[in-house]
Amino acid sequence: MKRLLLLLAFLAAPLWAVEPGEMLDDPVLENRARSLSKGLRCPVCRNESIDESNATLSQELRIVLRERIVAGDTDEEAIDFIVARYGEYVLLRPDARGANLVLWLAAPTLLLIALGVGWVTIRRRNTTTVALSDAEKAELEKILRS
Amino acid sequence: MLTELGHFALILALGVAIVQMIVPMIGAHKGNVAWMAVAEPAAITQFLLVGFSFATLTWAFMTSDFSLQLVYANSHTDKPMIYKISGVWGNHEGSMLLWILILTLFGAAAALFGGNLPMRLRARVLAVQASIGVAFFAFILFTSNPFLRLAVPPLNGRDLNPLLQDPGLAFHPPFLYLGYVGLSMAFSFAVAALIEGRVDAAWGRWVRPWTLAAWMFLTIGIALGSWWAYYELGWGGFWFWDPVENASFMPWLIATALLHSAIVVEKREALKSWTILLAILAFGFSLLGTFIVRSGVLTSVHAFANDPERGVLILMIFAFFLGGSLILYAARAGVMQAQGVFSTVSRESGLILNNILLAVSAFVVFIGTIWPLVAEMLFDRTLSVGPPFFDAAFTPFMVVLAIVLPLGSMLAWKRGSLSRGAKPLLPWLILAVALAALAFAIQSGRSALGPIGVALGAWVVGGALADLWLRSGREGFATRLRRMVRLPRADWGKAVAHIGMGVTIFGVAAMLAWQKEDIRIAQIGDRWAVGQFEFSLDDVRQFDGPNYITTMADIGIWQGDKRLSTLTPEKRFYPIANMPTTEAAIRNGFLRDLYVVIGDPQAQGGYAVRVYVKPFANWIWGGAILMALGGVFSLTDRRLRVGAASAKVTAKAVPAE
Repeated sequence: MKRLLLLLAFLAAPLWAVEPGEMLDDPVLENRARSLSKGLRCPVCRNESIDESNATLSQELRIVLRERIVAGDTDEEAIDFIVARYGEYVLLRPDARGANLVLWLAAPTLLLIALGVGWVTIRRRNTTTVALSDAEKAELEKILRS
Repeated sequence: MLTELGHFALILALGVAIVQMIVPMIGAHKGNVAWMAVAEPAAITQFLLVGFSFATLTWAFMTSDFSLQLVYANSHTDKPMIYKISGVWGNHEGSMLLWILILTLFGAAAALFGGNLPMRLRARVLAVQASIGVAFFAFILFTSNPFLRLAVPPLNGRDLNPLLQDPGLAFHPPFLYLGYVGLSMAFSFAVAALIEGRVDAAWGRWVRPWTLAAWMFLTIGIALGSWWAYYELGWGGFWFWDPVENASFMPWLIATALLHSAIVVEKREALKSWTILLAILAFGFSLLGTFIVRSGVLTSVHAFANDPERGVLILMIFAFFLGGSLILYAARAGVMQAQGVFSTVSRESGLILNNILLAVSAFVVFIGTIWPLVAEMLFDRTLSVGPPFFDAAFTPFMVVLAIVLPLGSMLAWKRGSLSRGAKPLLPWLILAVALAALAFAIQSGRSALGPIGVALGAWVVGGALADLWLRSGREGFATRLRRMVRLPRADWGKAVAHIGMGVTIFGVAAMLAWQKEDIRIAQIGDRWAVGQFEFSLDDVRQFDGPNYITTMADIGIWQGDKRLSTLTPEKRFYPIANMPTTEAAIRNGFLRDLYVVIGDPQAQGGYAVRVYVKPFANWIWGGAILMALGGVFSLTDRRLRVGAASAKVTAKAVPAE
């Protein structure tokens, strides 16, 4: 929503997200750079990737990323290069190491539990047979005979 | 003077709410009719008082009364009238007043249209509703008073944030609040039922329209916000998995689950305690959302009104209501006896699966949203959870939901047959797969996203149509068509809402998979191709708007030698707020949007220009509108309208179905 709101306060001279000047000529490398930059968070902005961000630092990071790619880094090496300098905070997709396992596994675990509970509920509903009481049987007899 | 009256009315409303919270509750406990009867006039009075208070604040904004601190901080005499009015809720204090206006609106509506409720239940519902009111009246009066005056009124105001000066945003918050706050009704019903210790089919029937109405508004509110982001941010994204967006999405997911489980309560008297829990959670997530938005504990781009101190108070309100109701739930849920019996393959089971998927997907959004907070507090790790996580962790749930939806909705109540349910769907399955194969064949690239979206969309839409068709009987085509038109509106609501879901799934997948982007420096007179279209930069002009300066480009769109139209993207600068904004120009189309943005002049001459071709973009919001429309159909169903008069009779008749 009011997405640019605070961000714009950071701007001395309004820039935009990816500028034409910083793009690589080789479309394959440029595509790699774009998809990597979508997974990196702008360290000084609110909640934006460096691909969308207008901040100067984001622009610099985009250029650094492209330099690494042109220098022959793999995707992982290029990402590690930036993480080594800005910390895991810049990773929009948190790794699955240590405590983060909780984040990644919580939902699948809960799903299994929920499916289990759901299954038991369904089975239990299923086996409950509604037996008629004697009084009800007599009532039924009466209705059927009349 | 008028402002003071508005302020006074708000204080008076707090008093009325306190009375309404206590007197009917005691009356219901003791069986005192006179005490219970206090609830309705009190609820209506509350609404009138807050309505008056809101009107005086609106009047202050309309007349630019800068002696009010709030008007000074958020308005300006040059601002167009519509934004003067929408400026009332474009800030923390005013939006809290809107929040509470809607809360009392729902309370008054329950008092006016709740004539069919048993007196005791109605008194309790209104008392619980009033208790929420008391908390928020106190919050607004003691920490966020919109009626504070300035000793020396300035000559002019500081203007509303330019990004909020937009028709989309004028309507986005009211709809969102109607949804958020509307869920308080479901909460009040749930708590009242827990106090009463009784949930039956009639309860399901009463709570459903309120949930449906709230869900409908929430759907529209979220869609409006997403649409606004799409055209305003300048690169055509529509969902960012931002904490504040998630805050509105979690209640939506839970409310959707609640809508479905309330059907089971209504039709089959099963899943009672689960439904109560969902009703509590739905409003709990609304309150949590309010906390996230207002407190600023989570870094969000929406931060427009955060203040940690107020945040703590909202957290306390949240903890009180959620904690209190959950304790009550733990104590009383055992009383709810399920009646209906059903076999493993049945509509009930299908709806249980629906509920599991929706609830767990809401949990995914929840844990992703708060994880940065948890990781920082407990593990001392500063990290981010962004779109890549949600795309990976959330999407599978929607895919599975879409796969099982048509099947589940075809199954019979109580005891269904998979083969019988699947048979009418077979042609649609074949069609869905064929369409996906076609999409895969004609798309460039090997991405699976587009074809999967096509298949799921066609499958869900087809399933809804097959369901309608099946319900029309077995006679000739014309007779079936005629019968179909006369099906109960609830059936149409179900079909239309499910079709909307299919359309949205398709739109999201198609746009993400097949959009084209072009970023370049263009000189005036340049012409270039993007996809099957050509674009030309014809002119760039500068002129003044009412409260801004704008740089506007004329960009021609060509298909071959035919000029389709001219788009005029703008870059505006608001001097009072000292802020630039991007106004993208969009040519909306049924099959695709053409999206053009003008950027800065470049040192070497020319302008940066971004062009996007976004296929099926409008289907995303079109689907949301269909979902809401389905809600309208359902809401106007005969049994909800006529059922009002004969609720007691039908309530008994239901289990025999």
